[in-house]
Amino acid sequence: MAQLTCQDLSVGYEGKAVLQDLNFSVRSGDCLCIVGENGAGKSTLMKTILGLQPPIRGKVLTGNGLRPNEIGYLPQQTQVQKDFPASVWEIVLSGCQGRCGRRPFYRRAEKQLAEHTLEKLHISPLARRCYRELSGGQQQRVLLARALCATRSMLLLDEPTAGLDPKATAELYQLIARLNHQDGITVIMISHDLTAALDAASHILHIGQTVFFGTVDAYRTSPEGRLFAARKGGAAQ
Amino acid sequence: MNALAEKLVLYWAYPFVRYALVVGLLVALCSSLLGVTLVLKRFSFIGDGLSHVAFGGMAVAAVLGMTDDMPLTLGITTVCAILLLRTGNNTKIKGDAAVAMLSVGALAVGYLLMNLFTPSSNLSGDVCSTLFGSTSILTLTLREVWLCAGLSLVVVVLFVLLYHKVFAVTFDEDFARAVGTKTQRYNFFLAIVIAVVIVLAMNLVGSLLISALVIFPALSAMRLYKTFLSVTVCSAVVSVCCAGFGILLAILAGTPVGSTIVAVDILVFLVFCVLERLLGGGRA
Repeated sequence: MAQLTCQDLSVGYEGKAVLQDLNFSVRSGDCLCIVGENGAGKSTLMKTILGLQPPIRGKVLTGNGLRPNEIGYLPQQTQVQKDFPASVWEIVLSGCQGRCGRRPFYRRAEKQLAEHTLEKLHISPLARRCYRELSGGQQQRVLLARALCATRSMLLLDEPTAGLDPKATAELYQLIARLNHQDGITVIMISHDLTAALDAASHILHIGQTVFFGTVDAYRTSPEGRLFAARKGGAAQ
Repeated sequence: MNALAEKLVLYWAYPFVRYALVVGLLVALCSSLLGVTLVLKRFSFIGDGLSHVAFGGMAVAAVLGMTDDMPLTLGITTVCAILLLRTGNNTKIKGDAAVAMLSVGALAVGYLLMNLFTPSSNLSGDVCSTLFGSTSILTLTLREVWLCAGLSLVVVVLFVLLYHKVFAVTFDEDFARAVGTKTQRYNFFLAIVIAVVIVLAMNLVGSLLISALVIFPALSAMRLYKTFLSVTVCSAVVSVCCAGFGILLAILAGTPVGSTIVAVDILVFLVFCVLERLLGGGRA
């Protein structure tokens, strides 16, 4: 059964649709990459899936035991966060806020979850460090740990490797692939890096003037895929 | 030194000095707790704008001949705070323009109203006192002190209970909303608390100097400390110490209370900046 289904979904701002009539579904354990040009509406789509903004038409349905507020979200960094005085521990623990409900303080179970997640992503030694003093790759790991604290089964990543150097990018993709394969966590991510996306993903959602949704293999032979790959290749030369 | 101590003991016998200290310390504590969030959310100017709105509210109360201007001022300021924080979320209307508009608007209309309708003979004295809080801290009644103590207690208790949510919403509002935190509710809470703190602080430093009380301790703390908890605690300690020292200094030297406190705050900020340089990056 599908974990997340978008039915005739149109997304946009203030009544103006950027993307229209999307239909796709994501099953448990899938890794869906959303690719497309800048301004095609990738981030808007992600925000709509998360319930941060209402859809213009259509529906986002969750199933298979996934509740809408149990999706782990890795947003793009904001200006505010770049000089925010907070320790890694404080940030990762804040991923557990959804589990608290109205309770004002964190319980032992939530603190253990945060510790466990830090270990899983190999950032336990950073726990007491200040977030703004970390490298870009470390910061993304911290935000990924926070997202993992918020979910049991699904991660939404908005350009997780933006602004990282090639080494940190490769490491982060490896980490995401491990979470996807070993822990069976469903991953939906926006990526500009098509080569890496095609390696990591099981499915591709290409948005733009034409929309493609399907498996990676089908995408490689589709007109959208070939066009996009050719243009990316041209830009790299 | 002995003469100073004697003078302090002498002043301590007067109730108005004790009242001023109690209210001063409480207001300093509340405003500093709030300051960390406001500075980090890039809302430093909202405090400034709202304090001018509070001035307008006070002017309206004075024109209407109210003996107790607190309820009306508090009401008007709260409504404006809620409106301002709401536009802050809407990217189409620029938040800073709205704040600037409201702030100078309220100041101008307030002064105009006072000029046109005031029953008082000493207008410029009244205005100066409202803007810079020159004397009102020393003319507090016992009732006002209790009211201030009560409101401060509510602010501190709410802040402690909501501490983790406040951190989450300040650090990343989108993430907080995505995991089901009712961020609108916390912004609403923040707006009300800002309004309360500003109206309380008007007695202490006057409406033009309130922002100093909100932002300086937070900025000082951020020079040296690097976690949210330590910044919050340090900011509260700095603010309370500065206010206490400033009030005593003002009484001893006969200077205006509000500006003396702010001067002490500025001094501490500079000292912290130098310490940051010397320590090379600060501590956790």
